[in-house]
Amino acid sequence: MLITCPYCGPRDVIEFTYQGDGNRERPQPASQDLDAWNAYVYDRLNPAGDHNEIWQHSGGCRAHLRVVRNTLTHEISSVAFARGDHKSVARHKTEGKS
Amino acid sequence: MAEYSAFSLLKNALTGNKDWKPAWRKPDPKASYDVIVIGGGGHGLSTAYYLAKEHGITNVAVLEKGWLGSGNVGRNTTAVRSNYLLPANTRFYEHSMKLWENLSHDLNYNVMFSQRGCLNLAHTPAQLDDFARRGNAMRHLGVDAELMTTAEIARLVPALDVSATARFPIVGGLMQRRAGTARHDAVAWGYARGADRRGVDIIENCEVTGFLRDGDRISGVSTSRGEIRARKVAVAVAGSTGQVMRLAGIDTMPIESHVLQAFVTESLKPFINTVLTFGMGHFYMSQSDKGGLVYGGDLDGYNSYAQRGSLPVVDEVMSEMLALFPGLARVRMLRSWGGVCDMSMDGSPIITIGPLPGMYLNCGWCYGGFKATPASGWCFAWTIAKDEPHDINAPFTLDRFHRGLVIDDKGQGATPRLH
Ligand SMILES: Cc1cc2nc3c(=O)[nH]c(=O)nc-3n(C[C@H](O)[C@H](O)[C@H](O)COP(=O)(O)OP(=O)(O)OC[C@H]3O[C@@H](n4cnc5c(N)ncnc54)[C@H](O)[C@@H]3O)c2cc1C
Ligand SMILES: [Zn+2]
Repeated sequence: MLITCPYCGPRDVIEFTYQGDGNRERPQPASQDLDAWNAYVYDRLNPAGDHNEIWQHSGGCRAHLRVVRNTLTHEISSVAFARGDHKSVARHKTEGKS
Repeated sequence: MAEYSAFSLLKNALTGNKDWKPAWRKPDPKASYDVIVIGGGGHGLSTAYYLAKEHGITNVAVLEKGWLGSGNVGRNTTAVRSNYLLPANTRFYEHSMKLWENLSHDLNYNVMFSQRGCLNLAHTPAQLDDFARRGNAMRHLGVDAELMTTAEIARLVPALDVSATARFPIVGGLMQRRAGTARHDAVAWGYARGADRRGVDIIENCEVTGFLRDGDRISGVSTSRGEIRARKVAVAVAGSTGQVMRLAGIDTMPIESHVLQAFVTESLKPFINTVLTFGMGHFYMSQSDKGGLVYGGDLDGYNSYAQRGSLPVVDEVMSEMLALFPGLARVRMLRSWGGVCDMSMDGSPIITIGPLPGMYLNCGWCYGGFKATPASGWCFAWTIAKDEPHDINAPFTLDRFHRGLVIDDKGQGATPRLH
């Protein structure tokens, strides 16, 4: 599987560390909303299809990336920096080779 | 349906083996049942078996979207053990072990349960202390455990590199002698046959595509072979839990689906006569009765429904194998494959009533659910029949996460990569 880092270009998956589900939203630290904390810590959408997830290019530029990857085919439909400038979003199709 | 016995073996041998009957019927689905079990894996089949055998509930259908054994029950590496730390897990897996010990007899089907032991290697004194603690916790609950020295380990597994210059020197290990392996396909077939002969309909190539409701109560399922009603609907679909629960309108679960790979080498002469696990990475190995070394390691590490694995894990597992057994460097790998596991957030299973009225849920097996097959079905059948959990599965609720009662044997917090 290749992931195209918007900074470094296409790199092998071994350079990246999976940081999990990118849909989760951390409640404010002071929040006492137990349902929101429960959802953040434990509940997952776990889709069979496109999955919004966070990867770190730990063996490269170390940026955190938001990746949309198909969990059935490993096809990646978009990669962007997880935080910041939306102009840097790289849209491409990479056939997942696993 | 004939009993298997020395006599039936001889009789069929003398008549050219022409008269063996199929092990289970292929009935068409009826319009309704008392209980529908979704998923014809090991857990669904054992649930149906114990519903019939222990509770006399025989108007049951097991619905399987593929063929029996096409899921994880036929893809695992067959290790069976009950060497857990936390009491809830120890009690549950030891209950399973006791069922394993009598399973071939109970099913009249040889599941080739082989108590060749399971040895966890320790590579630091701290790790050995940790194993001593786990062994004491096990013995406290009546489960066998013994600490082994490096010299004892070298005698038991001569091919292991136990030298002080090994990349990860071995300082001892924790052995459970009653642990071992079983023939995984035979477990599925034996339970299927046992359930079938008590009247359970096992319906293959029947995919559940939705749930029927009476008000807010689940009252059946729609399938690729039509609608089927039932008073109780039990879900036991392992890696497909998220997908099937979504059909019932439940969008999130404390579960992720991940792919786990396994490998087998060409056949060798007897090489290792125990299940062995590496304490410095994730690697484990045993030898099949055909002679192949059967081994595996970590999950691929990211959500996946692909029943195949990726190369980095192959690379890592092979390196770990060679760190332990340098002598295997030239042995050829014959096959590798993947299975989709339902990884729960604390590494422990869920066997419960609900979460919807009329529904029962069995999931969260992570990558260790084969050994659980007998106890899982036994506890799930109890829960379905009596509408309350048995003491043994009472801790394995779905709401334990919300209530702060997680069963986190590894003590690593909420992550879908445990056990
Ligand atoms: C490579 C690998 C190695 C493993 N090694 C071990 C080991 O050594 N020891 C151990 O204890 N455990 C091991 N496991 C884990 C163990 O195999 C599983 O936890 C366990 O088998 C899961 O339960 P099951 O047998 O019921 O699942 P499965 O056999 O997967 O059964 C679930 C069934 O549900 C069916 N299904 C899904 N959706 C639907 C639907 N909509 N309608 C109808 N049917 C449906 C599927 O087709 C499938 O047959 C391993 C797993 C893998 C993948
Ligand atoms: Zn980069």
